[in-house]
Amino acid sequence: MELKDRVPESLRNNVLIVKVDELFRWAHANSIWPLSSGLACCAIEMMSTATARFDLSRFGYEVFRPCPRQADLLIVAGTLTYKMADPIVRLYEEMPEPKYVIAMGSCAIVGGPFADSYSVVEGIDEVLPVDVYIPGCPPRPEALIDGMLKLREKIMHPERVAEERAKWAERKKEREAKQA
Amino acid sequence: MKAAAPAKRTETYLLNMGPQHPSTHGVLQVKLTLDGERILKAEPVLGYLHRGIEKLMESRTYVQCLPYTDRLDYISSMNNNFGFAMAVEELANIEVPRRAEFIRVIMAELNRINSHLIGIGTLANDLGASTGMLYCFRDREYILDIFNEVCGARQTFHYIRIGGVSGDFTDKARSLTEAFLERVPKFLAEYDQLLTGNEIFTRRIVGISPMTAQEALDLNMTGPNLRATGVARDLRKLDGYSVYGELDFAIPVGEHGDNWDRYQVKLKEIAESAKIIRQCLDKLPEGDIMAKVPKVLKPPKGEVYSRSEGTRGELGFYIVSDGTTKPYRVHIRRPSFVNMQGLDLMCRGMLIGDSVSAYSSIDPIMGEVDC
Repeated sequence: MELKDRVPESLRNNVLIVKVDELFRWAHANSIWPLSSGLACCAIEMMSTATARFDLSRFGYEVFRPCPRQADLLIVAGTLTYKMADPIVRLYEEMPEPKYVIAMGSCAIVGGPFADSYSVVEGIDEVLPVDVYIPGCPPRPEALIDGMLKLREKIMHPERVAEERAKWAERKKEREAKQA
Repeated sequence: MKAAAPAKRTETYLLNMGPQHPSTHGVLQVKLTLDGERILKAEPVLGYLHRGIEKLMESRTYVQCLPYTDRLDYISSMNNNFGFAMAVEELANIEVPRRAEFIRVIMAELNRINSHLIGIGTLANDLGASTGMLYCFRDREYILDIFNEVCGARQTFHYIRIGGVSGDFTDKARSLTEAFLERVPKFLAEYDQLLTGNEIFTRRIVGISPMTAQEALDLNMTGPNLRATGVARDLRKLDGYSVYGELDFAIPVGEHGDNWDRYQVKLKEIAESAKIIRQCLDKLPEGDIMAKVPKVLKPPKGEVYSRSEGTRGELGFYIVSDGTTKPYRVHIRRPSFVNMQGLDLMCRGMLIGDSVSAYSSIDPIMGEVDC
């Protein structure tokens, strides 16, 4: 006898049977709380996305939190310098699991126009595992919204995220071995 | 025998603000030395966004340098493009067509309004009035529509090029600009109701962080921060560069140099910029938008310091040329960086919460401060 057959006939249309994990994932994917961690130019576009014209709250992602303890998404919006690299890793580590990272703009992806500078980290995936990359300099608000919807799909499928994180950890180990 | 009560003793306390703090608009760290609730000293720690732009420019051609100026003060990219283009044109003796000059001034003033809107919006947001920010960002989008029409970008434009501008000021852009100018008095009246007349907002900024004209001059402050103290120094009037000499506009000044005056000066400058744009639209001549600039630009040996009125003050480019396609040295006088010096003076003796409003009313952009 299956679970749904045990529901009385009169209630069949009002009862939804799901796994608790899936229910939480679905809820989480539709109410991401990003950390308001603007670094440079892209932060202005991030702010524009949250305001009237583009209205990120249509998707339930508008609760920007300044405190990492309350956030579950780190949008790295801007150029990451070596001086800022340690604080941003610490911010990431202070966030509670499950947590995700979006690399917004070409600086966060590969260093952008500053890639050959002496003080710029060439892409945040040197220090953080990235889930979604949004290209552009800076990306338009529509692109950020699209990126967050891509992240929604990823949150619904945690096995893909786990696979990518494992690959990233491997790459990080290789890099560290090379440096040593 | 009764023991004598211990004398009251307070210790100074070091409070760290940033680099991750909602009110620092970027990555600034401020070390506050406190005596109870009062601030004894505020020490900004810079460099969290130092990208080495001046050094990078030495390995780029003059044309390639231009996009980097977009990313200095990323809110007023047009003004930065304008400043750098003027410096190179002076170095290489390039005559800019008259139509291009007018288009440049229109864009620079639109960008000034844009920048002041963000300044006012974030000031309101930092004092807890999030609604103020939403209104300012709503009105800012109409300016971005115009920029989007002329160059296809919303933020880093690279529109003002060496020798002119990259695209013509189309009829559609003109109608968008005219529609925006009609909106200006309407939204200014709205802000007056929403913020200026709001008692909570007023109490947080009137008389807070005052600064005298002499103090501001000693610190070499420029732009709205200096004008708020009562000094009518504006390079658009003083130098009359580009076509500013032919235009009629006033320089709004404050009285006490407090946060209220800095806020008021920005509001009034928006109205003045709208006036400038109106005159430029009426006078806009027909003609070329780009001078004849050689494909390989090799300015003669020499050096130049060219200054212009950016949105935050005197924006200067010092370029040394050694006769090759790349600059030998570029130094940028960034107004935000110089204005940041005032933070300590503005915070002294104020409450902790006032450091946020002092910071917001200086309105620095970290990309420009750290360069």
